[in-house]
Parts: sequence; C-alpha cells; structure tokens
Amino acid sequence: MTTAIVPRVSGGEHEHGHLEEFRTDPIGLMQRVRDECGDVGIFQLAGKQVVFLSGAEANEFFFRSSDDDLDQAAAYPFMTPIFGQGVVFDTDPERRKEMLHNAALRGEQMKGHATTIEREVRRMIADWGDEDEIDLLDFFAELTIYTSSACLIGTKFREQLDGRFARLYHQLEQGTDPLCYVDPYLPIESFRLRDEARLGLVELVQEIMNDRIANPPKDKGDRDMLDVLVTIRDDEGNPRFSANEITGMFISMMFAGHHTSSGTASWTLIEMLRHTDVYADVVAELEELYADGQEVSFHALRQIPKLENVLKETLRLHPPLIILMRVARGEFEVAGYPIHEGEMVAASPAISNRIAEDFPEPDSFIPDRYQKPRQEDLINRWTWIPFGAGGHRCVGAAFATMQIKAIFSVLLREYAFEMAQPSDSYRNDHSKMVVQLAQPAKVRYRSRSRPAATSGPG
Amino acid sequence: MPYKIEVDMDLCQGHAMCEVEAPDYFKVPKRRQVEILNDEPPEEDRPQIEQAVWACPTQALSIREEED
Repeated sequence: MTTAIVPRVSGGEHEHGHLEEFRTDPIGLMQRVRDECGDVGIFQLAGKQVVFLSGAEANEFFFRSSDDDLDQAAAYPFMTPIFGQGVVFDTDPERRKEMLHNAALRGEQMKGHATTIEREVRRMIADWGDEDEIDLLDFFAELTIYTSSACLIGTKFREQLDGRFARLYHQLEQGTDPLCYVDPYLPIESFRLRDEARLGLVELVQEIMNDRIANPPKDKGDRDMLDVLVTIRDDEGNPRFSANEITGMFISMMFAGHHTSSGTASWTLIEMLRHTDVYADVVAELEELYADGQEVSFHALRQIPKLENVLKETLRLHPPLIILMRVARGEFEVAGYPIHEGEMVAASPAISNRIAEDFPEPDSFIPDRYQKPRQEDLINRWTWIPFGAGGHRCVGAAFATMQIKAIFSVLLREYAFEMAQPSDSYRNDHSKMVVQLAQPAKVRYRSRSRPAATSGPG
Repeated sequence: MPYKIEVDMDLCQGHAMCEVEAPDYFKVPKRRQVEILNDEPPEEDRPQIEQAVWACPTQALSIREEED
C-alpha cells in the first residue's frame, strides 16, 4: 500500500472546511482541486474528507468499484428526509436496477412511454396562444412530473395529479442544501420548506388513496400499483402502508428521473437558442424525418442524429448531476494515492466532461464532436460521464434520451422559440445538491402554423 | 462480408433494447442479461443488427467484421 499523501486543495480554513465554498461555487471548487492537485485531491466537507477523482484512470477506478467497496447509499444524507425514514425504496442501486427489471424501463415499454410523453407535451401546450413567454423551469419541471409519474407509476395515478404536486415536488428538491453534510435536520429555511413540502405531498396522496378506497377498480385492467397498495393488510388486518410510506415510495421512484430530465430539456433548448444555426439544422432534420407521416412514438425510438448530438453536447456542458459520491468501505489505491476506509470519494461529470485533452475546446458547444470518426463520447468512456459509467451507469439513460427526442419532436415542429433574456443570464442554481435552473429563465414561443408564418421559415 | 455480434457482459444492464430491435437474435429474460441467439446473422439482417447495436444504452454490443 502506498504511503503517498493525497494533496489537499487550498482554502477551506473554516470550521466546516470547504463546505461554504461548496454551497456557493461547487464547480469552481472542484476545478481548483483538479488544477492544484491533479487526478486525486482532497477537499473537506464538514467533518468528512472527500477524495476527489477526475480524469480517465481515477474515474475508471471509481466506476468499476462494486457497491461493497464504494458505498453509494451512505453518501447522500440529504435523501433520507426526502424519501422518509424507513421507506422501502431508497437510493440503493439494487433497488434502481429492480425498477429496470420490473419492466417500467425495459425496451418493450419504450414505445408506450413515447406515446405517453407526446400526449403530456400536447396537454401542456394545449392552452398556448400564438405567442407568449414561458419560464423553462416552471414548464419543464411540471411536464416531467406528469411524464415520470405516468411512465414510472402509471397513467391512472398521473391523472389524479395537477400543478400543486409539481410545485410541492420542486420545493422538496430544493431541500438539498449541502449543509445536510453537517446535519440534514438543521433548523434552516430550506429544510423547513422541504419537510412542509413532503407533508403537502402526503396530504395529496392521502386524498388520492381515499378516492381509490371509495372507488375500487372495476376490473384488473383498471387497477394500478396504488390500487394494490391500498388493499394490502398486515397481520392485524390494518392497512399495511400509510400515506406517508406510499408517498415516500412514489417520491423515490420519480426522483432520479425528474430534476435531471427537467434541467436537460431546458438546457437543450437554451443551447439551441444560443446556436441558431444548430437550431435550424435540428428543425430541418425533424421536418424531413416526420415527412413520412410516422408518429412521434416511432421516430423517438429511432435515430435523430443532429438532435442526439445536441443532447449529448448539452449533457456534457450541463450534466444534471455535477458530483457523484460514495463512502469507502475499505483501503484502496488509485493513481498512486491511498483511499482510507470511511473517507468519501467523489467523481464529477461537470469537471471530467470538460477535460481539454479529451474534449478540445472544452467550453464550446460543438455537437459535431460526436460525429464519426471523432465520437468523443465513445472514445472517452471514463470521462464523458453525464450518465456515469460502468455498473452504476444511469439505468434511465435510454428513457431520458427518448423523452428528449419526443418532447422536441413536438415542440420544435409546432412552435418557434427565441430567448427572452440575455444569453448569459441563463444559468444553474448550484446552492443545492439538486441542481436546478435559476429563475428567471424565460423564452418566447411563437406558433409556426399561423397563416402569416407559413410563407417563410419559422 | 461475414460478421459477428460481440457483447461485453460487464456493460449489459438488461435493458432489452436489442430485443426490441432484433428479436430473432437477442433475448433478454426479465432480471437477466442478454442472450445472443445467433451471433453470425446473414448479411440481409445487418441493418437490424446495426440498429440493435445503436439502441443499446450501455454500448455493450458491437459488430466484428470477419475475414472471408
């Protein structure tokens, strides 16, 4: 075992180490670790040393490690108050895989999901006029509540949700301040709002459960997961699951796919609006493709090369998860440095996705970098990591990609979009572990089917 | 030119996207990894095999060109 000492990044002289900097500029901090320390460096998050890894060699170690060696469940203390203590579903990767294998995310479900997503997009835009402004966070956070609940839990449950559920869910996601690494129950405003939001969600789910109990499904075809859950009894004949527990299950089933998809849809549109030549190419590609009269559920599962490259480049520059964390359950060596039991270990899509040696002009938006023969996503399998890599790779990646293709197959053919605020004013809010678009994030839409717009390009 | 389907089992997560694209060549039982039913398909089925390789979310599949 090596006796080398992992270098520690500058700063972090306060009581909680680098926590304050991590709460305000996490990407700046992590980039400084790489600049000062190289592929392996340490920063301090409250009472924990975080061994921060970047670059292909260190990332490969991170992603190839089993859950017995690098434990994921213990690394995200902010999740427990969100899911609820003792909730059966949690961030355990085995539970995630369970969702994949339990069919909701399997290949044969995708066509049905694409149909559902198209329907939900059309419902969201049903009341749009010829032109107006929307806020991207409000729009996509609500849309993705409907798509993820419909696809992952069931359309019957989705039909009993409205904007209230979306707003409470967003408030819940906001309760992920990195102060959770000191104590996830500190008396601070965002944790208070988090707990209030969770109670609000439990109340909404309780109403839906009462309705299900009062109106049991007429036949098997009309029965969904919630109908089954409300009928299960324990040995004493009492309901087995409370509204609190069922809400926790549903929150956790939707969690990984919600803010990630919402943010990615927003940034995909923002980057196209910043690069109008790329935007025009994608619209032309969609029109050519859909000229065959096929449905969105057909094309969203097939190749849409330009849009896919835009998505990949958007994910590289704006990965929805900027840091992935684990807790070391043993002694390890990576790139000549030791990792000790109990230390936190982290890798960062935000940093590795912009390593200049792997991605020339790393800060520029260049969708062509995924064209053959460059294929920078495939060539850099341990540093192009918006979905992670290895055994922990995001099991929702195929669903997420299909969802973006379905959403923009509808939006870009029906409406023309433009920025409604300065280009550089679109940015992420990095003050929480769950990264969200900062508001305002306004864009203007204009119907492309208006008579006046049909004579020229939209 | 003959070709062969290859799979990296370290990467397969059992999404079954390949089975959707080319059910004659790929089978993914629930909770399991892919089984390749015939790893040397005829030339006329190459398009669906290429589609299956493309559709794999974890890039576990690849096509290897064989010498005649």
